[in-house]
Amino acid sequence: MSLAQSIYRNPHWQLVQSQWLNLVRLPSYSLPTLLFPLMFYSFFGLVMIPGQSLWLLCTFATFGVLGTALFAFGVGVASERAQGWLLLLRASPAPVNAILAGKAISAMLFAAITIVAMSWLAALFGDVRLPIGAWVSLVLVLVAGTLPFCLLGLAIGLWLSPNAAPAVINLIYLPLGFLSGLWIPVPALPDALQTLATWLPPYHLAGLALHVTGALPGPWLVHLLVLLLYTLIFGFLAALGWRHFTGN
Amino acid sequence: MNTAIAEFDDVSFRYQAITALDGICLRLPAGQVTALLGPIGAGKTTLIKLLLGLQEPHSGHLRVLSGNPRSLAVRKRMGAMLQISGVPGTLTVTELVDLFASFYPNPHRTTQAIEMAQADELRHRRFDKLSGGERQRTLLALALVGRPDLLVLDEPGNGLDPASRHALGEIILAQAAAGVSIVLCTHDLDEAARLADQVVIMNHGRILSSGTPDELRSSIPTRLIRCRTGLTMASLRGLPGSRHVDLRKDRAEILVTDAPRYLRALLAADPMIDDLELGGADLETAFMSLVDQGEEKAA
Repeated sequence: MSLAQSIYRNPHWQLVQSQWLNLVRLPSYSLPTLLFPLMFYSFFGLVMIPGQSLWLLCTFATFGVLGTALFAFGVGVASERAQGWLLLLRASPAPVNAILAGKAISAMLFAAITIVAMSWLAALFGDVRLPIGAWVSLVLVLVAGTLPFCLLGLAIGLWLSPNAAPAVINLIYLPLGFLSGLWIPVPALPDALQTLATWLPPYHLAGLALHVTGALPGPWLVHLLVLLLYTLIFGFLAALGWRHFTGN
Repeated sequence: MNTAIAEFDDVSFRYQAITALDGICLRLPAGQVTALLGPIGAGKTTLIKLLLGLQEPHSGHLRVLSGNPRSLAVRKRMGAMLQISGVPGTLTVTELVDLFASFYPNPHRTTQAIEMAQADELRHRRFDKLSGGERQRTLLALALVGRPDLLVLDEPGNGLDPASRHALGEIILAQAAAGVSIVLCTHDLDEAARLADQVVIMNHGRILSSGTPDELRSSIPTRLIRCRTGLTMASLRGLPGSRHVDLRKDRAEILVTDAPRYLRALLAADPMIDDLELGGADLETAFMSLVDQGEEKAA
C-alpha cells in the first residue's frame, strides 16, 4: 500500500476529511460563519471606525472564531445526535476521540480561513502592517483559542435538541461577542460592562490576540489562565453531556 | 455450527424506573439468521444496544463473539444497521462507505460493499438526495463493508415499499448464505418467518418463546379470517385452532394459528358463509390475543 493510500485508509484522516467536507458543503454553516465576521469587520473596522483597523481585526477575528466553533459543534452535534449518526459511529469501531477531534480540526481550519481572509482585508484596506511573526502568532493564538468554544458548543450539542441548539447558540454568540468587547472595544463600553467583560472568555482570547499583534500589550498570562480555566469548565460540561448522551 | 455467536445469561437492563430487559437468557447460534420479533417497546432495540456494546447490562452476563461487546476487538467483527434518520447529508455514498471501511482491519472494497447492498447506481449521489429505500441500502452498505461476522439489523424494512423490502430480504439471505450470522429486529411476522432460522418472540422485556418459523406458526395466531356468518360466538370459538373471536352482528373476525384447518371446519359448519377474507394478523393483534387468552384462563 502506498503512503497516500494508507493515509486515505486511516480512520482519523477519514473522520477529519468527512466532517470537513460536510461543513464546507453546508452553505447554511459555511456562509454565515465565514461571511458575517468578514462583513462586520469591513463595516466597523474598515469603514465606520477609522484608525482602529488592527484593534478591530483582533476582536472581529475572535468573534469569527467563536462562531465557527459554536456552530460547528453546537448545531452539528445536536443534529447528528438526533439523527442517530453518532449512535451508528459509536456502534462501529470508529475511534471516539477521533470523531470529536475531527470536528475540532474542521472548526479550526474554518477559523484559520476566517482569520487569514480578515487579515488580508486588514492589510489591503485597513493599512495594517505587522511583522510576519505577528501575523503567524495571531493565527496560531486564535486557532488554538477555538478549543474552549468547541467544548462549549459540544456541551450544548449534547444536551439540546437540534431545534433548540441553534437558537441557544445565537443567544450566546451575539451577546457574548458584544459584551466581550469584540464589536466595540472594551474601553469604549460603560464601566459596568467593562467589569462584566473581564469575566467572559472571548474577552481574554481577544486580549491574547491584541497582545501578540502589539495592538495592546497586556497581561497575557492572566488571559491564558482564564482561558484554561474556562476550557476545564466547558470540558467538564461536555463530559457530563457525553455521559448523558451515552447513558453510561 | 454449534458455537454461539452471542450468549445472554440472565441479562437485565433498566431505563430509570422502566425495566427494558428482564432476565434475558438467549443463545444465538453462529451462521444463522435470528429474528427478534415483538411489538414496539418489547425490548428488542435495547437488546441490540447491549449486543453492540452501546450499553452495559445492569445485571447478568453477556458474551458476544467470545468476548465483551464493548471491546474494540469484538466491535471490529460486527456491522450494524440501526434505525437512524440521517447521516451527514452532504457526503456521497462512496464517501460514507470509504469512511466506514477505514474503521475495520480487513474491509471489503468500497465498490464491492456498495454492490452487495445493491446501491451501485447511488455511488456518487449525496445521502440527503436519496429516497427512503436508497438510504436503507446505503446504511446496509455501511454495515457490510467491515466484513462482519455478526450483522445486526434493527427494523431494516421500516418505511420501505414492498418491492424494496423484498430486495432487502434477498440481500440479507445472500449474506446468511455467505456464512454471516445475522440478528434481525422486526415487528413484521412475515418478514421474520421468511428470513429467519430462529425466531425469538419478545414482549415487555422478556422472551415469550423461541423456535423455528414453523414452530412459531403453530404457537401464535398468524392469520386473520374475516367473514359474515350465521354462527354464534360459541360455535366460532369451538372450531379448531381459533385463538380470538370478535363478532359484531353477523361480521366475525377470527384469529387462527392454522388457517386451512379452521377454514375447512368453518365452511362445513356454515355453508352460507359470505364475504370471506383471509389475511395476515399483525403482531399487536396476535399479542393481544395471547394476553386475552391468559386472562380468560385466569378468570
